[in-house]
Amino acid sequence: MLGLFKVLGWLRVHFVSPARLRELGVLGLNERNVACISAHNPRRSFPSVDDKLQTKLLAQDYGIATPALLGVIRHQAEIVRFERHLPAGGGFVIKPAEGSGGKGILVIQGVFDGCYLKSSGELISRQAVQHHLSNLISGLYSLGGQPDAAIIERLIQSSSDFTDFSFEGVPDIRVIVYHGYPVMAMMRLSTRASDGKANLHQGAIGVGIDLTLGTAIQAVQHDRPILLHPDTGSDLHKLRIENWQHLLELSARCYDMTGLGYLGADLVVDAELGPLLLELNARPGLAIQMANGLGLKSRLKLIDQHRAKLKGPAEPYKERVSLAQGLFTMQVCSAPPANVE
Amino acid sequence: MSLGRSALLWTAVVLVLLGGLHTAWRHFVHQVPLLPGSQETYWDLEARVEMEAKGVPVKVRLAIPQSQPGFLMGSEHTASPGFGVSFVEGDQRFVEWSIRSALGKQWLYYRVQFKFDARQQVAAVGVAPGLLVSTWSLPLQAAAGQVLRRAWQESADPFSLAKALAEQLGDRRNQNGRLLVSEMTAAEAMVNLLNDAKVPARVLYGLALEDGRRRQALQQLVQVFDGANWQLFALGTGANAGMNVTGKDYLLWQQEAGPILEVLGAEGSGVSFSMLATHEPASSSVDALEIKDALLSLSIHSLPISEQTMFKTLLLLPLGALVIVVLRVFVGLKTSGTFMPLLIALAFLEMSLVAGLITFLLLVGAGLVLRQLLAYLNLLLVARVAAVIVCVVGLIALFAVVSFHTGISDGMKVTLFPMIILAWTIERMSILWEEEGALEVFKQGGGSLVTATVAFLLMDIYEVRYWMFNFLGLQLVVLALILVVGSYTGYRLLELWRFSPLADQPLNKE
Repeated sequence: MLGLFKVLGWLRVHFVSPARLRELGVLGLNERNVACISAHNPRRSFPSVDDKLQTKLLAQDYGIATPALLGVIRHQAEIVRFERHLPAGGGFVIKPAEGSGGKGILVIQGVFDGCYLKSSGELISRQAVQHHLSNLISGLYSLGGQPDAAIIERLIQSSSDFTDFSFEGVPDIRVIVYHGYPVMAMMRLSTRASDGKANLHQGAIGVGIDLTLGTAIQAVQHDRPILLHPDTGSDLHKLRIENWQHLLELSARCYDMTGLGYLGADLVVDAELGPLLLELNARPGLAIQMANGLGLKSRLKLIDQHRAKLKGPAEPYKERVSLAQGLFTMQVCSAPPANVE
Repeated sequence: MSLGRSALLWTAVVLVLLGGLHTAWRHFVHQVPLLPGSQETYWDLEARVEMEAKGVPVKVRLAIPQSQPGFLMGSEHTASPGFGVSFVEGDQRFVEWSIRSALGKQWLYYRVQFKFDARQQVAAVGVAPGLLVSTWSLPLQAAAGQVLRRAWQESADPFSLAKALAEQLGDRRNQNGRLLVSEMTAAEAMVNLLNDAKVPARVLYGLALEDGRRRQALQQLVQVFDGANWQLFALGTGANAGMNVTGKDYLLWQQEAGPILEVLGAEGSGVSFSMLATHEPASSSVDALEIKDALLSLSIHSLPISEQTMFKTLLLLPLGALVIVVLRVFVGLKTSGTFMPLLIALAFLEMSLVAGLITFLLLVGAGLVLRQLLAYLNLLLVARVAAVIVCVVGLIALFAVVSFHTGISDGMKVTLFPMIILAWTIERMSILWEEEGALEVFKQGGGSLVTATVAFLLMDIYEVRYWMFNFLGLQLVVLALILVVGSYTGYRLLELWRFSPLADQPLNKE
C-alpha cells in the first residue's frame, strides 16, 4: 500500500496529467502531425523547405538575406577540388541540402597549414573533410537516404551581443509562423554539451523570447528550466535581441515565400550583415513550448479566430506581425520583471 | 476535420463488422473452433499380409477393427494388386481378398485411420462371452487357487479383481504367478482365473500404439466384463502392465475372439502392422472437406502445406505493425528505423527471446567495432555498408559454428536476422554515436529492442498465432485498429513527462 502511494507520488512529481496539458493548450506531437503539418502544409510546398538550396534561391527572389553561398558539390568526383569553393580567409560551413535535425553540418572556423579547425577547437585533416563530403553526397544525412548535394556557405560571424550567451557556436532564433503570423519565438544557444551546435536535443539552451520586446522569458536545457548558462555563467534572463521587429517581419515573410501554414523559420544575426534567414522547417519541433513555458495550441486558436473574421485579401506582413504582438503580449504574464533597461 | 474523422470511424466500424462476420462465419459454418486447445491426434495404421502363393485360388480373410472407446474410425482402404476385395460387416468386421490364381510372394495392404477420441463417444458395452470351465493341470491348480484367493481378498468387483490378478501375474517375484505363466500366456491364465471366479472374460488381439513403429505384431489383451460393460487389461511387464487400458494406448484389432488372419491356397502367411501418429488442429479435417468453396471462405488451409507455413508468419506481420504504431503514437518510443523492430521480432520468433536478444546485441556490438575499423579506410558510403554486410554475414557464420560446437542450437538460427537491415542499423548507429553521443544510441537501440520484444511477446502467444492463421477476418480488425490508433491526436505517454515543467506555470487566461 505504501509502495503504491510512493509510486503515485513519483508519478505526480515527474508526470503531468493530460487534462492539465490540454488546459494549458500544449501541442503534442501526434496533434502537430495531424492538425498542423498535414492540415496546413501542402505536400507540394515541402521541397522548397526540405531542400536548403531551393530555399536559398527562393529567398533571393523575395529579397530575403541568407548566408552567402560559396559553392555546391553534387558529385563524388568534385570532392577532390572542394577547396576552390572556399573563401580566401575566414570560416565556412558544409551542410547537406536535404538534411534534417542539424545532422551532417560541419562548421570550420578556419584553415591552418592544411588542417581545418572545427568550432569545438579540434583540428581535422583535409581527408576527414573529404570523407564527410563523400558521406553527405551518398545520402547518409538526407531525409530518405537519397543522394544529396553539399552546400558550402560562409560562416556567420556571431553578433557581439550574444558572445556571453553562447558557447562557441552561433545562436539562432526559431520563430513559429502560423499562416504568416509569428506565434512563438525562442533563441537557441549552443553549449559545450551540444558541441557548439544549436540543437536542443543535443543539449543546447532554448530561451523563450517575448514577441513584443525581444527579451527573454525563461530558459530550458534538455526540456528542464535553467537560470544561468552552464559554460559562460551569464544570466539568461538578461538576454535581449536588438532589431527584433525586423527579425519578426523577416520570419513572417517566409510564409509568403513558401505558402506553408505551419512553419519554423530559423534566423541568425550576423555581426556585419545583420539578420539572415538560415533555413526553414516544415516540421518544427515542440521544444519551443518548453522554452516559453506556454502551450502553442491556445495561440494557434487565437490566430484561427482572427483569420475567420478576416475578409478580403490577406494582410501584409507588417500588419500580421503587429497583430500577433498585440494578441500575445497580454498573454505573457509569467515573464520576470527584470531585464527592462 | 470532423468529416474526415467520422468517415474514418465508419470505415473502422465497417472493417470490424466485416472481420467479425467472417470470423463468425468461419466458426459457425465451417466449425473452426475459437480456441486452439483441441488439437487432434490421428493414427494411421497399416496391416501388411504376406504369403507365398502356389498357383491355386487364394482366399484371405483378415479381421479388421472398428470404432471403439477412445478411437473413432475414419477412412480405410486396401491395396492388393489383382485381388478382388470385399468387406464383411457385422459384429466382427473382415476384409476378404480372393484371386483365381497367383504365384510367388504376395503382399496385401489394409490401411485405416483412427482419430483419438478423448471423450470416448463409443461406450465400452458388449455381449459377454459364456463362462468356460477351466482345466488346470494338477501342479497349477494349487497355484491358481492361491493367486485367485489373494486377488479376491484385495478386490471388490470384477474389474478390481482383474487388476489384482494382472498385478500378480506380472510380478516376477510372485512364485505362483510365474508358475502359471510358464505353461500358458499371461492373458490366457488371467481369463482362466477370472472364469474360475465366475467373471466373463476373453482374450482379444490389439495393437500397442507407438508413433513410427513398423513390423509390429498384435498383442493379447484381456477383455473383462461386468454385466454388459467391459474394460481392457494389458498384461506383461511394460509400463501399462496390469492397468486398465480401455481407449488409451491400445487399439483393439478385433471385437470378438477368433483368428486374425485366415489364408486358403497359400503358405507361409503372416501379418505385420505399422503405425504413424499425426497431430493436427481440430479444424484441419473440416478444411479438407471445404476445398470446393476455398475461394469463398478465403481459407489459407486450401493452399499446399509449404505455402501454408509461409503464411503462418506472414499473417502475424500486421499485428507486429500494430504494436509499432501503438508504441509510437501512445508511448512515443524512439526506434532506429521505423519498422526495423518488426523484422527483429520476426527473427526472435524463430529463435527464443533470450537467445535472440543476446545474438542481436553481440551482432550489433561486433558490427559497430568493425564499422569503426572500416571508417579509417575512407570508403564511399555504399561500399562501406556493403562491407558491413559482408562482415555481418561472416559474424553470423562464426556464431553458427561456435554455437554448434558448444551445443547451443539456438545460435544456428542467427541466419534469420535481416542482414541488410542490420548492416544499415549498424551504419546509422555508428553515425549517431559520432554526432549525438552514446546516450542517443542507447535510447534508440533500447527503444528498438523494447518494441521488438513487445511485438515478439504478442506474436508468440499460441492462441494469437492460431487466430490470425485461421480467422482471416481478424486482419480487417487489425487494420481497423491501426486506422483508429493512427487518428489519435492526444498526448504521448513520454510527452506527459517531457512537458511536466509546464504544469507549474500559472494559467494564462485572466
